[in-house]
Amino acid sequence: MSDWPLWEVFVRSKGGLAHRHFGSVHAPDAELALRHARDTYTRRQEGVSLWVVKSSDIVASDPAQAGELFEPAADKVYRHPTFYDIPDVVKHI
Amino acid sequence: MPSLPPIRPEDEAIAEKLRPEGAFDAPADVHDPVRAGYLLRLGDDALILGQRLGEWCGHAPSVEVDLSLSNLALDLIGQATLLLGAAGDADELAFKRDVLDFRNCLLVEQPNGDFARTMVRQLLFSTFQHMLYGRLSASSDQAVREVAAKAVKEVAYHRELAAEWVIRLGDGTDESRERMLDGLGWCWRFVPELFEVDEELEAAIGCGIAADPRAIEADYRMAIADVLTAATLPVPADQRPILGGRRGHHSEHLGHLLAVMQYLPRTYPDARW
Repeated sequence: MSDWPLWEVFVRSKGGLAHRHFGSVHAPDAELALRHARDTYTRRQEGVSLWVVKSSDIVASDPAQAGELFEPAADKVYRHPTFYDIPDVVKHI
Repeated sequence: MPSLPPIRPEDEAIAEKLRPEGAFDAPADVHDPVRAGYLLRLGDDALILGQRLGEWCGHAPSVEVDLSLSNLALDLIGQATLLLGAAGDADELAFKRDVLDFRNCLLVEQPNGDFARTMVRQLLFSTFQHMLYGRLSASSDQAVREVAAKAVKEVAYHRELAAEWVIRLGDGTDESRERMLDGLGWCWRFVPELFEVDEELEAAIGCGIAADPRAIEADYRMAIADVLTAATLPVPADQRPILGGRRGHHSEHLGHLLAVMQYLPRTYPDARW
């Protein structure tokens, strides 16, 4: 319905994992937004927990500011921990 | 996007257990007419309401509601497959019987009307089905017990969803309230049939297969009254009840529904999919 607000849907796919953004639904209120999210995004066992957040409550960065926000990180390769030799015996890192 | 839910291993296990040994093509009532008759009542209720809800597919007020209603429909058709499969060959029973042989209650065959009427019908039926399945987990029949135990969670969701919508529409705009009142007026006449106990059902209750619906009627009426009160809707006065679905005396609407549902397998009996 065109007059229903938009809600962003976050799904935890299994215990221990973080909620991840899955998409959005229209719904007249929070309770029905949860049900719409359940019916739209978890009908094939995709999740064990749901969050919905009113899209208008999300504060987003301005795409026009992408240059000053994100570009300075582009040439700071030393911020990546990629300069270590990992011994073969270390499996999980 | 594929529209069918995954078939889970536990579903297959249930379906496998429900298949009558060596009796796949035998007419249902060769085995035990009381048991088969009760399975038909439960199975036909689920099948017909599932088909009705499926009619909303592509026509619901929004894509989210479209999915909600299709999910309910698929739950119900899954239940019907298991219940009719326990009575005989589910496909034969669903697609090869004529209207007089269906044993569903009149409420589930009522036309969708508008979204408000569909939601009232869902509330009135799902509340009943939820309470009934709760009791049927103690049935003496293994198939009934297993289907009820699995489906009671699905139906709990149907009942909650319908209650949410009834409350919002009843306590919504002037138009939504008006439509709720119309839907309630349409559906209320068919409630007493849910609690009717005829000889056939009496026999099924007697041997422990069936649950006695009269035992849940007081709770049912209270639960419905609670939702209607929250929706600021009056509980309608009882009218002259309309009965007969369990004996095959259906409203004209069921024939039209079956014509659509059965057209393909009857026209192309060899079709496989």
